[in-house]
Amino acid sequence: MKQKEIAVSEFFAKNRHLLGFDNPRKALLTTVKEAVDNSLDACEEAGILPSLHVTIEALNGGQKTTERVKEGATKGKKPRKSDDLVLIDDDIGEAASAGGSGAPKINVSNATRFRVTVRDNGPGIVRAQIPNVFGRLLYGSKFHRLRMSRGQQGIGISAAGMYGLLTTGQPVQIVSKTGARAKAHRFELAIDTLKNRPEITRDEILDEWDAPAADQPEGHEKVKQGTSVTITLEGKFQRGRASVDEYLEQTAIANPHAEIVYAAPDGELRVFPREVKEVPDTPDEIKPHPYGVELGVLMRMLKETENKHLGGFLQNAFSRVSSNVAREICDKAQKIAKSTITTQTYCGSIDHPMVEAIHKAIQETRIQNPPTDCLVPIGPQQILKGLLKEIKAEFYTAETREPSVYRGNPFQIEVGMAFGGDLPSDEGARVIRFANRVPLLYQPSACSITKAVVQTNWRNYGMSQPRNSVPEGPLVVFVHMASVWVPFTSESKEAIADYDEIRKEIRLALSECGRKLNTYIRRKQKVAREHQRRDIFTKYIGEVVAACGKMTKVDAKKLYAQLEAVAKTRTVTADMQFDDEGNFIKPQRAGKLDGDQNVVVVERETGTVYEGDEAGKSSAVAKNAKPARAAAADGQLFEDHEAA
Amino acid sequence: MATTKTRTKAASGRKKKNDTGVKLEGMAKLVVDAARSGEDPGFDIPTRSLSNAAFDEKKKIIMMGDASQRRSFFNLGQAKRFMQTMLVASGCKELTDQGKTTSIRDMFYHCKHTIPGTKENTFDTQDESDPIIEDLEVAITSLREELGLYAENKGAMVGPMTIVDNGDTIELARMGSGGWAVPSIVEEHIVQFQKCSAKYVLLIEKGAVWNRFNQDRFWEKDRCMIIHGGGQPPRGVRRLVYRMHHELKLPVFVLTDNDPWGYYIYSVVKQGSINLAFESQRMAIPAARFLGMSAFDREEFGFTNVIGLNDKDRSRIKEIAAYPWFAGKRHWQREINQMLKSGVKMELETASTKDFSFITEQYLPAKMKKKQWLD
Repeated sequence: MKQKEIAVSEFFAKNRHLLGFDNPRKALLTTVKEAVDNSLDACEEAGILPSLHVTIEALNGGQKTTERVKEGATKGKKPRKSDDLVLIDDDIGEAASAGGSGAPKINVSNATRFRVTVRDNGPGIVRAQIPNVFGRLLYGSKFHRLRMSRGQQGIGISAAGMYGLLTTGQPVQIVSKTGARAKAHRFELAIDTLKNRPEITRDEILDEWDAPAADQPEGHEKVKQGTSVTITLEGKFQRGRASVDEYLEQTAIANPHAEIVYAAPDGELRVFPREVKEVPDTPDEIKPHPYGVELGVLMRMLKETENKHLGGFLQNAFSRVSSNVAREICDKAQKIAKSTITTQTYCGSIDHPMVEAIHKAIQETRIQNPPTDCLVPIGPQQILKGLLKEIKAEFYTAETREPSVYRGNPFQIEVGMAFGGDLPSDEGARVIRFANRVPLLYQPSACSITKAVVQTNWRNYGMSQPRNSVPEGPLVVFVHMASVWVPFTSESKEAIADYDEIRKEIRLALSECGRKLNTYIRRKQKVAREHQRRDIFTKYIGEVVAACGKMTKVDAKKLYAQLEAVAKTRTVTADMQFDDEGNFIKPQRAGKLDGDQNVVVVERETGTVYEGDEAGKSSAVAKNAKPARAAAADGQLFEDHEAA
Repeated sequence: MATTKTRTKAASGRKKKNDTGVKLEGMAKLVVDAARSGEDPGFDIPTRSLSNAAFDEKKKIIMMGDASQRRSFFNLGQAKRFMQTMLVASGCKELTDQGKTTSIRDMFYHCKHTIPGTKENTFDTQDESDPIIEDLEVAITSLREELGLYAENKGAMVGPMTIVDNGDTIELARMGSGGWAVPSIVEEHIVQFQKCSAKYVLLIEKGAVWNRFNQDRFWEKDRCMIIHGGGQPPRGVRRLVYRMHHELKLPVFVLTDNDPWGYYIYSVVKQGSINLAFESQRMAIPAARFLGMSAFDREEFGFTNVIGLNDKDRSRIKEIAAYPWFAGKRHWQREINQMLKSGVKMELETASTKDFSFITEQYLPAKMKKKQWLD
């Protein structure tokens, strides 16, 4: 046991890239990501609407070194004792004369050392568990269960702490408070990489927890409950693709129920507001499905089971195994192994060839698919709200597929699309990928989602698409996979493995949204064409009137007005569609977009949001009903529509 | 006497123009009426394409069919051309009202301007206005001449004949090296024939070869009219040859390069063109004969300077061979096959390899003597 533990911490200390700490830039992102994922999971499990504060401070860097410490820049920061906290700014004078109210931008491109603090309003962690949660690798509540959650193994946050310790020697700081009346505990932990044990360097009790808050006028607030983790690490801060900013933006899209305040090291403050006021349902835990079990795991499970007999073991350890199914498996295993295997066989007496026979028999037995109510999809309405608040487009649509199964694991695919508006039209579409509400920022080409997007024929949906590529145009494609076990291609959780079942579901979801997108694009093109037509006609009326005037006696004004009237009636669709856009599509009108509650159209010029007439009603339903159900009903509705 | 005749003809011409004026005014009224009743103004324009041109077996000319296309204002693909048609119509109305004529290039400039409030021109190039003029001709069944329009002068003629051109008596045997420039409009009220001692008309494809014939005074020796159209003969040249053929009963011979283009020139002179099928009746000369060059002349006269056929030539040859007026003629199929078989084409100048005047002194007399022509 001990041998194994040593190997784990040390192995990861030497192979940090496996966990997403390949380079300083990625290390910073991974640290933020692990802390934020943990916080969101903790809040949701406790039924709390998450409010997160993410603060990143640069501890060095800048172009020229000055001795002055910038007043505005240190705003909201805890005074630190001896740190090399020398902040540099080229235009200090300007900023100061400007009043110093807004935080001036600091050049942090040269900074190499950062302090990341993520604080949540979650349930807090009891004192005894704090060192284990943050100071041991593979310690957590998540690995041994089959349940949809952001984290899966319990490596992330302790790995981040370990990375910080390795690169800066600074311990992880944790403050946690489990309730309004409880006292806050403050810890400083290091990880003993040889023993995989936390090393507590500070353990104190605070009467009051006065935490920095970037969005408060005084920069501090009294915290009632929650957890804050601070990691000092070597990193690099950059904006753009695969950055902390992008990660938080996308997190805000997939988690519209969370509020995130983010203070970047250069002084910029961003607030991602909360759009949904309900905490997502807590997913149910399920037993593994026999189809997904691997031979080695099956052997271990047989060794560890408390059941005496094989039949009881199969029924208790797995989902969807009834006594009949158990008997069938045993019968088949008996034939394969050519030795006696019945439901009454003692688990302890099963040898290796027998396990292999059972494993094979499982695959050959028809077993009902696992229960899927353990999945909590985001839901089309929530996806729309998330997209709406973070992406400035003009057309939004979202779909949640019915749950499906790969290798015995239930999963569910959701797709959202945002089109037009301020999105760049001369670039490839942006594909944003999510697994259990966590954005995936790296390795897009290895991911099943990207493959499904590339394999989809977007020309059917009114987009242009270069060969073997994502479509081109002002489009954001949101794809979310919810599953009790997301098959990542690596431990750093960057890409979803390319299972046929998964890719098929993604493609089906893409085509559902794609059809709506197509309807919108075609309609828009039609309106544009009608306007173009009218413009052309109007342009030539003057010429025609003048020519007629030279040939015969005409009342030029009257003729002009008459021709203009004809032009208007001839291009009447332009007006009709215009009304359509203005008041959104009326339900009684033909066309698939009409009355579809999973579609939102925004008039970018006026900033007005138009939703389907049903939208109000449906969100009211969503408030009371389980989101999973509501989403399922949506899907059903749409399929019926299709069939009809 | 000549002058009186001229005047009466001119008067009748003006009367015709007035008809045209009425027709043009009708177009404007049509627009006004349509606008008043809230309809899409438009008029039918007979289709000027191969699909609407048929070979009249009896008359032996290409006739325009009945198919027409509606050109309406409120149709996206036609709006601009509708507007352009109205502009050209109003320009022609002005011309006829003032009793003036002008060139089609001039009409282009008259109608070209920037549409107020836009950066768009009514016309960008003359290539846009020329087909509109042709559209207008067929739409109101008024010839270009009646609309008061003419093309640039192209082509020249000399020979033993006296004519009156716009009131001036001109002796075509005394035209020096350049010849008489054939005007675009050669209608009776402009050009009248007087004394003529020519036995036939020789239509030559190119000006350069025509120059050789003029310099060698071939028309004097062989008593013929020599005329060229600078490539594909323009309407003025075709109409003039037509008039000489019909009014003076002169046989017509055509001399072109031996290539598909040459065949087509002959075809147009003889049967009329597809594009101007509506004018065939007053231009096509079914009795015109193809004198040369023939694909067989290479062997016959030992011409050595030949050019290989390219793919474009070959496909054009096959197209021409399939034209109904060539398809049924064995000697023409033989001629065309010979070109394909030999794989070469020849220009008229190939005769100069032997001697500069070979074509006038040897080639043509031999052809005429042996009656080596195709019909």
